[in-house]
Amino acid sequence: MAAADIAAPAARASGGWRLRRPGLAQWLEALPFLLPTIIGFFVFVAGPVIAALLLGFTKWDLLTPPKWIGLGNYTQMAHMPLFWKTLGNTFYYTLLYIVPGVALPFIVAVFMNQKTKLISIYRSVFFLPVVTSTVAVSLVWAWLYNPEFGLLNFFLSKIGIKGPLWLADPKTAMLSIVIMSVWKGLGYTMVIYLAGLQGVPQELYEAASIDGAGRWRRHLSVTLPLMTPTIFFVAVTTIMGSLQVFEQTYILTQGGPAYSTTTLSWYIYVQAFQWLHMGFGCALAYVLFFIIMILTLIQFRLQRLWVFYG
Amino acid sequence: MVARAATGQYSRIRQRRSGLALARDILKPVFVHGFLIFSCLVMALPFIWMVLSSLKAQPEIFVFPPRLLPRAWLWQNYVDTVKAMPFGWFTYNSLKIAFLTVVGQSLSASLAAYAFARLRFPGREFCFMLWLGCMMIPGQVTLIPQFILFRSFGWLDTHLPLVVPAFFGNAFGTFLMRQFFMTIPMELEDAAVVDGCTRFRIYWNIMMPLAKPAIATFAVFTFMGSWNNLLGPVIYLSSYNKMTLPVGLAFFQGQYGTQWPLVMAGATISVIPIIALYIGAQQYFVQGVVMSGIKG
Repeated sequence: MAAADIAAPAARASGGWRLRRPGLAQWLEALPFLLPTIIGFFVFVAGPVIAALLLGFTKWDLLTPPKWIGLGNYTQMAHMPLFWKTLGNTFYYTLLYIVPGVALPFIVAVFMNQKTKLISIYRSVFFLPVVTSTVAVSLVWAWLYNPEFGLLNFFLSKIGIKGPLWLADPKTAMLSIVIMSVWKGLGYTMVIYLAGLQGVPQELYEAASIDGAGRWRRHLSVTLPLMTPTIFFVAVTTIMGSLQVFEQTYILTQGGPAYSTTTLSWYIYVQAFQWLHMGFGCALAYVLFFIIMILTLIQFRLQRLWVFYG
Repeated sequence: MVARAATGQYSRIRQRRSGLALARDILKPVFVHGFLIFSCLVMALPFIWMVLSSLKAQPEIFVFPPRLLPRAWLWQNYVDTVKAMPFGWFTYNSLKIAFLTVVGQSLSASLAAYAFARLRFPGREFCFMLWLGCMMIPGQVTLIPQFILFRSFGWLDTHLPLVVPAFFGNAFGTFLMRQFFMTIPMELEDAAVVDGCTRFRIYWNIMMPLAKPAIATFAVFTFMGSWNNLLGPVIYLSSYNKMTLPVGLAFFQGQYGTQWPLVMAGATISVIPIIALYIGAQQYFVQGVVMSGIKG
């Protein structure tokens, strides 16, 4: 509380209202409003984050008491080919997803950025996959991907291509999941882009036109730089989300065939909730946490190279 | 590039002079709308296929080439689906959990948002940034300890683990509502303070009614997340009559996997409520997405 009392004069100096109260009284006033969040923070976020770290150093099946094994889970991981495959799969998914997941919605958003009434109808259609559950749409896609009777291979056969086995083939299973995920996420990212595009000042386009810039040039020199903060945000969240892909694998492949779609999230679920390896599951979760942190940090480092904050 | 762009500009001027502008004005919208309509068809195709397949007879599913329309519209499939699995319960459970989640998160997030927007206390900015930073933590990290915690409470196979945490704060909601509260003029509150209004009454009687659009935005967003959530219900729920629609549907597919018309009927049943809500409250859905983009 001493620290709070010292901080109060500083707040007073910075100007504001109702500042005659010392820090303690201010906290007492704010506490009723913050209490649910403070409890939630400690019980459902901070507590579990620390617990998971500690559990990662134990072996625990929920039935017998946990056993401290130090870095045992992590060394075991390093010697497991399946773990490395899982890690590889997770990156493979992210790599396949990132380009269409970030670029395709942008192209659609540029097309959509028009002043007609029809846009809201188009937008609704694009947004439908976003509001519907991954489970429901995955079931439909599982049927579309059916090698013999599915619609996709029917269309492919129309243009003279013998369709692949999609989800049944280890070589194409991940690609199939990516295609469906791109379809599902397109509307969401597009709406974020659309909001960004509507914030680009019209005068800049006019100025570029006067300077002799054509349509493509205008997009390249005006739209793209001004949209880089939005694209950056989309890229960061897309990578974060891709590394955590779970529901699609749950319905479409259950990690198969031949572990070709076993992603880190799916593996955590299997280890912790099917085999009750709670300690190992927590260690895996920390690996995921670590990867996400590193990649996000790298992205924030790289952002000054390409993100334009006017 | 510049040279090409420049000639493009000149040729446009020439076109306009030669009367080709008209053709251009027609062709451009045709191209744009053609592209968009085609994309919309691609986007909507799985849904169209889902509904049409749900009305087909089982043998009709396994024909090649596939037929678009069912030979006879078998509405009976829906009756069979509901008879085979307690979809009524699934829907009720999903609605109940989603409703309680929305109420809990809206209340707890708006309370915290009010404190962060309007009250002054030492360490406010730090606490706020810390709370926002929590959004960066992947759910998988907290998943297992939370499971162990709720298990020790004896909450497995109840709806409590899915509902109770909602009443204890939400970082995105706090952010969204704080942004909104900060746009409300101080004068409104100052007057209330002079009149001796308590902080809580200011929050409840002045701020909350004004924040209806923000709450609606957050509410539909939360509803959608809860309605479609799979991992939570999969981990916590095991008996049929407690399952939500996504987990029930996944279970249904496991049992009746080869009966595609029934599975498609189940999927259709599960998406109808959320699509209805989406059509009714579209602007709030879109607003929610836009807000989720702004926090970056």
